[in-house]
Amino acid sequence: MCLGVPGLIQSVRGGPEGPRLATVDFQGSRVEVSLSLVPAAGVGDWVLVHAGFALTVLDPEEAAETWRWLDRAEAGRELGRAGGGGS
Amino acid sequence: MNSMRKEVAHLVRSLHRVVARSGPMSVMEVCGTHTVALFRSGVKAFLPEGLRLISGPGCPVCVTAQGYIDAAIALARRGDLTVATYGDMVRVPGREGSLEQLRAEGASVLVVYSVRDALRHAAANPDREVVFLAVGFETTAPATAAAVLEAESLGLSNFSVLSGHKRVMPAVEALLSAGDVPLEGFLLPGHVAVITGVEEFLPVAERFGKPAVVAGFEPEQMLRGLLRLAEGVAAHRPSVVNVYGVAVSRGGNTVARAHMERVFEPVDVEWRALGVIPQGGLGLRERWARFDAARRHRLAFGEDYDPPGCRCGEVIQGKAEPADCPHFARGCTPRRPIGPCMVSSEGTCAAWYKYGRDFRRLPPPALAAT
Repeated sequence: MCLGVPGLIQSVRGGPEGPRLATVDFQGSRVEVSLSLVPAAGVGDWVLVHAGFALTVLDPEEAAETWRWLDRAEAGRELGRAGGGGS
Repeated sequence: MNSMRKEVAHLVRSLHRVVARSGPMSVMEVCGTHTVALFRSGVKAFLPEGLRLISGPGCPVCVTAQGYIDAAIALARRGDLTVATYGDMVRVPGREGSLEQLRAEGASVLVVYSVRDALRHAAANPDREVVFLAVGFETTAPATAAAVLEAESLGLSNFSVLSGHKRVMPAVEALLSAGDVPLEGFLLPGHVAVITGVEEFLPVAERFGKPAVVAGFEPEQMLRGLLRLAEGVAAHRPSVVNVYGVAVSRGGNTVARAHMERVFEPVDVEWRALGVIPQGGLGLRERWARFDAARRHRLAFGEDYDPPGCRCGEVIQGKAEPADCPHFARGCTPRRPIGPCMVSSEGTCAAWYKYGRDFRRLPPPALAAT
């Protein structure tokens, strides 16, 4: 439950009244993510996402390295998508 | 790819050298995500025999006291409201079944991936109260705080939160103060530290004189973290080192911390088996009382207990290993868990069940493929 999953921000909408929401690409799955906790993040940034919220901006190499080792089933659960295989 | 393999091999060799020179040592990986990643990546199979890794109280579902679980089940039983929570929580058995069983009997229990899903459900169903069971450490608490602030700006009156959020550092302090498990150093949770920053953990070195390392979850990160930790233990050098600088800064995510600070205040709360930990939890501030399910429904949490025969409480304190429990892999499996350490995929028992039973005899799955 403390798993963060890196994703790439595709588009941003909302703010400054309501929450800023982003469509974030996770290796092909697109998920809506709140940017409330990382107001400086924008389109083209990699972010570490947990429970529907981006927690920090990551550099692309770190994001790629994280994906190499991620349990895709766990990541799928974290993102609310059926993961490939696993328990 | 090749340079990474060389780097990993170099770290493994260095770790063996340090531990061989200094003698056996015991360190705790605080975070359940580390427990799983150490097994899954194969790193665990490459560690020196003399480096004993003890799994800590870093699985949010596991450390939620049974009184909270029973209060949540009582809420779901009422029938006039919807209880929403993250997946693993619904499977934890209480005295009278689990939320999952209640749902099968027709109770309104919603599994969500984000607190925002619970918020949206409340907004779409204004006649029905939605209570969100908020568990998790500092990684997760800012999301709940943001949702409370959003509920306020939307003027929602049918959304509330039963806060079971916990703070990692007070639990580490409680373990160190109790002193009944020999812990010489700590591998600290990288994603908690993304929020809190390294400075949250400085007391490990400054007050307790122990080394600690903040690390991420890739093999290179975990090995580098364990190497720095072993070096610190060997040299009796109390310091808090950050090897996860790409994601973790000294002060953490200041916006997220401000959200947490605004909505929550540190409170004394009961952890499973660890008892009441001073400032070990996060409760909603008085100002947000109308979003606080505990205040709205005058909930009192009953006593903490482990299911009969279950040793989850000892496992999360590092006092027992899963194999010490008579139920482990016999009566208690991930499909039919008896206690929370087997329910959660981050629970120590679930990790041992999935990866650990014969891990020294198996080829390390992922590292071998590097």
